[in-house]
Amino acid sequence: MKLSYRWCEDFTKVSDIDPKHFADRMTDTGSKVECFETLAADIENVVVAKILKIEPHPDSDHLLICQMDCGEGSPRQIITGAQNVFEGAIVPAAKAPASLPGGVKIKSGKLRGLPSDGMLCSIGELGLTSHDMPGNDNSGICILGEEFADKVGVDIREALLLSDVVFDYEITPNRPDCLSVIGLAKEAAVTFDRPYHIPEPKDEKVGDGDDVSNYIRVDIEAPDLCPRYCAKAVKNVKIAPSPLWMRMRLRALGVRPINNIVDITNYVMLEYGQPMHAFDYKCLDGAHIHVRRAHDGELYRSLDINAEDTPLTSSMLVIADDNKPVALAGVMGGANSEITENTATVIFESANFEGVSVRRTAKAMGIRTESSGRFEKGMDPENAMPALMRACELVRLLGAGDVVDGVIDEYPGRRPVRTVKFEPDRINAFLGVHLSREYMEETLRKLSFGVEGDTVTVPSWRGDVECMNDLAEEVIRMYGYNEVETTLPTIKMAEGGRTPRQDFDEKLHSLLCGMGLWEAATFSFIGPRSYDAIRLPADSPKRNSVVIRNPLGEDTSVMRTTALPSILEVLEHNKNHKNESAAMYEIATVYIPTSPDTLPNEKRALFIASYGVGDFYKMKGIAERVLMFAGIKGYKTKTVTDDPSYHPGRCAALTLGEETLAVLGELHPDVAAAYGLTGSVLAAEIDIDRVFELRDTHHEFRHLPKYPSTYRDFSFVCSEELEAGKIEDVCTEAGGKLVESAVVFDVYRGIQIGVGKKSVSIRVTLRAEDRTLTDEEADKTTEKMLRALSDKLRIALRDR
Amino acid sequence: MKERLLEIKKEAEEALHAASADLEALRIKYLGKKGELTAVVRGMGALSPEERPAMGALANEVRSYIEGEITRLKQEYEARAKENKLREERLDVTMPASLPAVGGRHPLAKTQRDMEDIFLGMGFSIVDGPEVELDYYNFQALNMPEGHPARDTQDTFYITDNILLRSQTSGVQIRTMEKKKPPIRIISPGRVYRSDEVDATHSPLFHQVEGLVVDRGITMGDLRGTLLVFAKGLFGSETRIRFRPHHFPYTEPSAEVDVSCFACGGKGCRLCKNEGWIEVLGCGMVHPNVLRGCDIDPDEYSGFAFGIGIERVAMLKYHIDDMRLLYENDLRFLSQF
Repeated sequence: MKLSYRWCEDFTKVSDIDPKHFADRMTDTGSKVECFETLAADIENVVVAKILKIEPHPDSDHLLICQMDCGEGSPRQIITGAQNVFEGAIVPAAKAPASLPGGVKIKSGKLRGLPSDGMLCSIGELGLTSHDMPGNDNSGICILGEEFADKVGVDIREALLLSDVVFDYEITPNRPDCLSVIGLAKEAAVTFDRPYHIPEPKDEKVGDGDDVSNYIRVDIEAPDLCPRYCAKAVKNVKIAPSPLWMRMRLRALGVRPINNIVDITNYVMLEYGQPMHAFDYKCLDGAHIHVRRAHDGELYRSLDINAEDTPLTSSMLVIADDNKPVALAGVMGGANSEITENTATVIFESANFEGVSVRRTAKAMGIRTESSGRFEKGMDPENAMPALMRACELVRLLGAGDVVDGVIDEYPGRRPVRTVKFEPDRINAFLGVHLSREYMEETLRKLSFGVEGDTVTVPSWRGDVECMNDLAEEVIRMYGYNEVETTLPTIKMAEGGRTPRQDFDEKLHSLLCGMGLWEAATFSFIGPRSYDAIRLPADSPKRNSVVIRNPLGEDTSVMRTTALPSILEVLEHNKNHKNESAAMYEIATVYIPTSPDTLPNEKRALFIASYGVGDFYKMKGIAERVLMFAGIKGYKTKTVTDDPSYHPGRCAALTLGEETLAVLGELHPDVAAAYGLTGSVLAAEIDIDRVFELRDTHHEFRHLPKYPSTYRDFSFVCSEELEAGKIEDVCTEAGGKLVESAVVFDVYRGIQIGVGKKSVSIRVTLRAEDRTLTDEEADKTTEKMLRALSDKLRIALRDR
Repeated sequence: MKERLLEIKKEAEEALHAASADLEALRIKYLGKKGELTAVVRGMGALSPEERPAMGALANEVRSYIEGEITRLKQEYEARAKENKLREERLDVTMPASLPAVGGRHPLAKTQRDMEDIFLGMGFSIVDGPEVELDYYNFQALNMPEGHPARDTQDTFYITDNILLRSQTSGVQIRTMEKKKPPIRIISPGRVYRSDEVDATHSPLFHQVEGLVVDRGITMGDLRGTLLVFAKGLFGSETRIRFRPHHFPYTEPSAEVDVSCFACGGKGCRLCKNEGWIEVLGCGMVHPNVLRGCDIDPDEYSGFAFGIGIERVAMLKYHIDDMRLLYENDLRFLSQF
């Protein structure tokens, strides 16, 4: 909503205040000024002038030499190329040196050898349009008309009422009353402690025996959606441009002048905040206006230029005659009853419509108007009548027609006056201030509240004020939010700090970063096609995702059940941007659907992925470190050959009992290719929620070994198929409690070993807690291992 | 014999001090079983008993001289050899270091941690809640009944009529108040969703930290004081705050909060667009309808709530000029923080 100093002056004197200060203080008291603009500030030295004499330029076939009366005593010579000038014409003239909008500078100079001391201006050169200055266009010089004859020499900004300061407000939705010049003028007056006066529009009776009831009657058939409907008739309408002052006020607030009747409705909407509608009486079938719900499928065409016939639904409210809708209530008038140059009788509607219904209708129809925007926020029905009276007053003032006596006022939705208990002590305690009861009373009264003892009466337009908090706000916004002393709450000690899970996550982040991984932050929604990219089969349960009903696009339409696609997209981005390697992780929330009516399970899972750095075993090491960090013991590595996202020969699961805690490996080349990646791309997915639950962070001290360990290294030749882990497991099992560790430390393949075979070297470390192991004991243990290996795995020591 | 001994000594002295003396060979030559000095000593049996002690002494003197010199020179040689070896082992220490690979947290996570730490220091708890949320917790319980303009689907992602992606973390506050009676002191950081197209300043997903304090006697002054501590902790101890009246359905009175520009200290600069102030927070006193809905009597208890965007703070703190960078996860970007 905009407010201009000139318009505001009708109600309170504030235009002497520096605009910056005005803007800051209004913001401080709750009417936020987004920005302000001094209009016509870039026009300088342009005046109203009269063309005294025109001669053709001797060296040009189109230039004209004008002798101008610019009110300077002696004529000024200005050469123009425009052909619409004539002797005696009143025009705007830029006296060199002069400035025009857009940074244009006018200097004295010569045109085809003859001096020209300025420029005659078109409307465009003054920043105006043909709507602002009817009868003019950009093809020639602006002809101002005889009414400016006595203003020769006057600054054009004054003559055309151009100079003004316009403030642009961001009005919060709780204050629809401030979507009006009057509402903001009152706020300004109270902010600067100045008096204000809102004149009451007068209803002058003509007494010619004619009455609005001779024209229409109104039936509100949907009182739940239309609390009030007021109307007046105007006959003998003379459609014409509205006067300069009205055009310029509309222009300053960003509304395009059209004609007197339309301008009056817009003017009243801006001044009173009350949307008005004017329709052509002769377009009504019958004399009966029905405010009713639309019939399903009923067609309607708005007066918007590009509008087409659109079917309505029964949830929408229309203003209809006996046969057809003539307006979409509170949203837009219909093409069938639009004011035209031939309009002779006008019905002015000033009504109140229920906000939610207007909003839904506007949204369904894809039409948002100044009117719907206001009704959506909830208008004051009490405002409908004064606004209507003001419109009629303007009709008389402009001579736009004859206002017919009588008024229609259907008011089924009259609201009771609201009162709130006045509790100054509570307000003080709540705010943490010490204001006097008198100060509070005075502030509330200035803001149009009635204060009577312990009762505050709320003005009809302040639907937002319901309780003590609201009164407290009214008081403190005028006193100053920033005057409230800062204190800290005195509050009982409570258990604060991070929960064990939050603490676990924080430390896990440190571990991951310490292992060379970078944390990524990716969107929680992905596209269903991402599931294809990671090769999930069509029947994979992971494809069952929470679907967003109104997504921004297909690729952000479902809540992810896995963040693998997200983290791979991160790799893709880095690869595309020529980063040699990347190792990324995200502790991501994934969303596992439950039933359609209940919230999904939100689980946290750790996703890691890398290219250009490390190998399968590095990724396995990272995953194992995470389990070790959680103190999980006894997990096993299982070969995984059927995870569709991974290389079937390079994928493992870390399991504890039957439960899989992590899946890791090299990506399936098709998955890598889907993300523009080649070579070895590694990934891991770790069920962090389970890892947390299974964590064992209890660390009990064990005595350091008193006796030395001994070790034996063995090499076996075995089939490629035999997994190193099996050899380790068999050794550990066969060796019993003396085995401290059995770890494969080398695998060798070569011609001498044979095709399809490998040589595996394992180091077995043995230790007894209570003695130094003898060679005999060690040998006995290793014998057992070798026997077990031979029995169970059919492998024997490599020939030395 | 004496001459021979002295001759040996002289010879040995010369030989030992020669440039490329083989000390072991010389030791053998003079002191070995078949060495020259040994041979002389062996010949001492032929001397008269009178001569023997003097010759013996001289022979010992020569032996110990040679022995001493050999030991001394050996040590000297070893020391020199060690020194030479160390010199050869010289490294060009100006060669680039081999940096251990480390990663790092995302700037949003770092910013969130900074904020959390300030509130943890004031005794707050961190509470998480669902991102896919019931309409009730996201809107109704926050004094935004059906039909409220803020609920418009053009702002919110819906799953069903009743389930949506939370557009604020405030639902966590309601869930907390339902479970726990005052005193309440929590923050709820997390992801929130609004259907905005991605551009330099918008994202359909962003992060917020919201806070809630409810107890007897909580005042607007307490709100101002708490946020001042927060602002100083986050932006520096010289930071000032400015409240501007605003409207939120779930608080009354409500305010937007500016902090004095931490780049220029409030004098006006590019960061603050010459305003000297930067808008960072929304806050207010919890609306009585919200308390009542959670079975907390607004006549007995009062409270305040606030919310701050993590992206906004991260972008301000690190001077990031395009929000999209935060979700691209380019290592050239991430490694800067």
